[in-house]
Amino acid sequence: MRAPRNSMVKLPEWQGKHVFRKYGVPLPRGEVARSPAEAQSLVAEGKVPLPCVVKAQVLTGGRGKGGAVQFANTPEEVRSAAESILGREFKGELVREVLIEEKLPIGRELYVSLTLDRSQRLPLLMTSAHGGVEIESVADSEIERQTVDPFPGLTGYEKRRAAKSLGIEGPLSKALDRLLESLWNVFQKEDAELVEINPLAVVGDGLCALDAKVIIEDDATFRHPDYAEVRDDRTELEEIAREKDIAFVQLDGNIGVIANGAGLTMATLDVLKELGGAPGVFLDLGGTDDPKKVTEAFLLMARAKPAAVFLNIFGGITRCDTVAKGLVEAMAHVPAADRFPIVARIRGNNEADGIAILRAAGVTSVSDLRASAQAAVNAAGGRR
Amino acid sequence: MSVLVDAETRVVVQGITGRQGTIHTRQMLDFGTQVVAGVTPGKAGTDVEGIPVFDTIRDAVEKTHANTSCVFVPAPFVRDAVLEAVDGGIRLSVVVTEHVPFHDMLVMYPYAKARGTRIIGPNCPGIASPGKSKVGIIPNVVFRPGRVGVISRSGTLTYEIVNGIKEMGLGQSTCIGLGGDPVIGTTFVDALPLFEADPETDALVMVGEIGGTAEEDAAEYIRHRFTKPVVAYIAGRSAPPGKRMGHAGAIITRGKGTADSKVAALEAVGARVARFPYEIPQLVGDAIRSGRR
Repeated sequence: MRAPRNSMVKLPEWQGKHVFRKYGVPLPRGEVARSPAEAQSLVAEGKVPLPCVVKAQVLTGGRGKGGAVQFANTPEEVRSAAESILGREFKGELVREVLIEEKLPIGRELYVSLTLDRSQRLPLLMTSAHGGVEIESVADSEIERQTVDPFPGLTGYEKRRAAKSLGIEGPLSKALDRLLESLWNVFQKEDAELVEINPLAVVGDGLCALDAKVIIEDDATFRHPDYAEVRDDRTELEEIAREKDIAFVQLDGNIGVIANGAGLTMATLDVLKELGGAPGVFLDLGGTDDPKKVTEAFLLMARAKPAAVFLNIFGGITRCDTVAKGLVEAMAHVPAADRFPIVARIRGNNEADGIAILRAAGVTSVSDLRASAQAAVNAAGGRR
Repeated sequence: MSVLVDAETRVVVQGITGRQGTIHTRQMLDFGTQVVAGVTPGKAGTDVEGIPVFDTIRDAVEKTHANTSCVFVPAPFVRDAVLEAVDGGIRLSVVVTEHVPFHDMLVMYPYAKARGTRIIGPNCPGIASPGKSKVGIIPNVVFRPGRVGVISRSGTLTYEIVNGIKEMGLGQSTCIGLGGDPVIGTTFVDALPLFEADPETDALVMVGEIGGTAEEDAAEYIRHRFTKPVVAYIAGRSAPPGKRMGHAGAIITRGKGTADSKVAALEAVGARVARFPYEIPQLVGDAIRSGRR
C-alpha cells in the first residue's frame, strides 16, 4: 500500500558518527566545519590533530575518486582543502559541511553492517575481510551473513563467527566484541534500517570506524524527533509532498499520475508505458478520506506542469466522492492558462457520487483501465 | 471451510472509537462479520455501532469470546496492541495500520508465532471470505462467493483485481491482503499451504510487487508443494529501480527482486503470469478450465 517514496532518513557521515560515539563505537578524532576559516581554526586550536583528512559531507558514495576527500598536513592546507570542497556540487549534491579527522596509521580495512533480512524477518549481520571497496563488488563467498534473533540479541558464537570471517583473533577480538555490541545497540535503539562501517580499520591493537553509514527508518522517527531535521536528497516538490504526507516521485515523462496505493500506482505506470505514454510525476494519495489532501495533491501536481493527468482511484478507505470533491476544488484554484486535460477512472466506495461530481465539472470517468489509460496517453499528445 | 476466517470468526476491533475503526466496523457488520467487541483504553462502557467497548483485550475476550482482532490503533501503539491481543488469547490479529516501524514487527512477529497467534499485515487491507466474514477494510462491493483464492501484497490493486474476478462472473473463496511492509506477519509462503488445503479454492491469484524476494520464495514453494493452478501479476515492471535499503540491501537480494526475476521464477513453476491487471480474469478462467498448474 505504501509507495516507494524517499522515506528513509539517511544520516550524513558526521551525524552517523555522532550516533556511533553515543554508543561507544571507536572513531578517529574529528570535527565538522561549515567554512574554510572554521576548518583552519579547528586544526590550529588542536581540536583535530595533524596530519588530517578533509571529507565532503554528502550522501552519495564514491567520494574518494571525485576529490571530495583530501589530505592536509598544515592548518593552511586544511583551509585550502575546505575551500575547494565547500560550496561545490558533488554528483548534484551541494556540500555544506566538511568533516575534518585525524589521519591514522591504518592496517587492514574490513566491512561490517547490520540491516534487515526481509525474507527471514530477522536482522542480518554481514562481515567481510574485504573492506574499503564497494561491498557490491565483493564476491558472495567473501561475505559472512548471519541472521541475528532480537531474542536474545547478538550472541557470543555469532561474534566469534564474525571475528573469524574478518580474520581477527587474539586481543583484537575483544575490541571487535565491543564494537559489534555497540553496532547492535545503534541498530535496535535508533531504529536503523542500515548501520554500516566501511571501512572498519585495524589501527594498532584496536579498531576504528573510518566511515559511518546510518539510515534511520522514517516510520520510526516518532521515537527520534532529533532526526526530523536531517536533509535528504529530495526535490523541492518532493519535499512539499513529504510535509503533506503524499508520496510523490518525479520521473522523466509528461503524464501526471494520481492513484491511491503503491500497487495500483505501479500497475497504472506499467499500463501507460505499454500504451506508449510517458509517466512523469506520480503521486500516491495512500489511504485518505480528506478532500483537502486531495486538493493539495492536485495543486502539487499542477506545479509539476504535466501535459495531462490520469487519475486512477479505487476507493476503499478513500471514497470516490471525496476524491472528486477535492479535484473540483483544486481546479478552481488553477488559472485557466495552466490547466491540463484530466482523464479519470474512479471506482469503489461511493463510485456513483464521485462520477456525478466529476461529470458536473466536465470530467468524464472511464471505467475500463486500458481504455482510460489510452485516453490519457492521447490527451498528453500520443505516443512518444 | 475457508482460509483463516469463517462464520465462527468473532472480531474485536482494537481502536474502534477512532474514525477508521468506526467506519470499518460498520462496513464489516454490513459484510456479515460477527464484530463482537471493541477495545479503546479508557472507553469501557460505551458502544460503537451497537458494539460494546472494553478497556482491555482480556475483558473483551472474557465477555464476548472474541478470537480475532482487527487493529486500527495509530502506528506508535500497534506493538502494544498486538502483544496485548496475543497475551489475551487472540488467534488471528489483522493489522490495518500503516507506518508501523519494522523494528516493532521484529518483536511482534516472533512473539506471536511462539504463542500460536497469526498476524496479517501491518499496512494491509485484511482478509475476507465472501458470505462468511471480513476482517479489515477491503470494500464489500468487490466480493462475490466463489472458488478463486487471492493473496496480494497490494491494497487498492487487490480491490481492482478482486473486482475484475467478480465482473468476469467468478467469485472468491478467500482473499488475503498481506501488506506491503518490509516485515509482514503472513507472507505468500505462509499463505500458500492454507489455500492448498482449502477444499473451497480451485485456483489461486497471486498479486506481487517489485522489491524483496517474496515472489521468488513463493515460486520455490509452489514448485514442490502447491498443486492448484496459479495466476500471478507483478506490479512495477516499468518502475525505476528502487534503492530503499541502500547497498547492503542490494547485496541480500542480489539479482532478485526485479519484476523480470519474479516473472521468470513464477513462469518456471507453471504459473500463468499476467502482464497487466486486466489480463487476470481471462487467465483465471483458463486456469480453472485446465484444472492444474
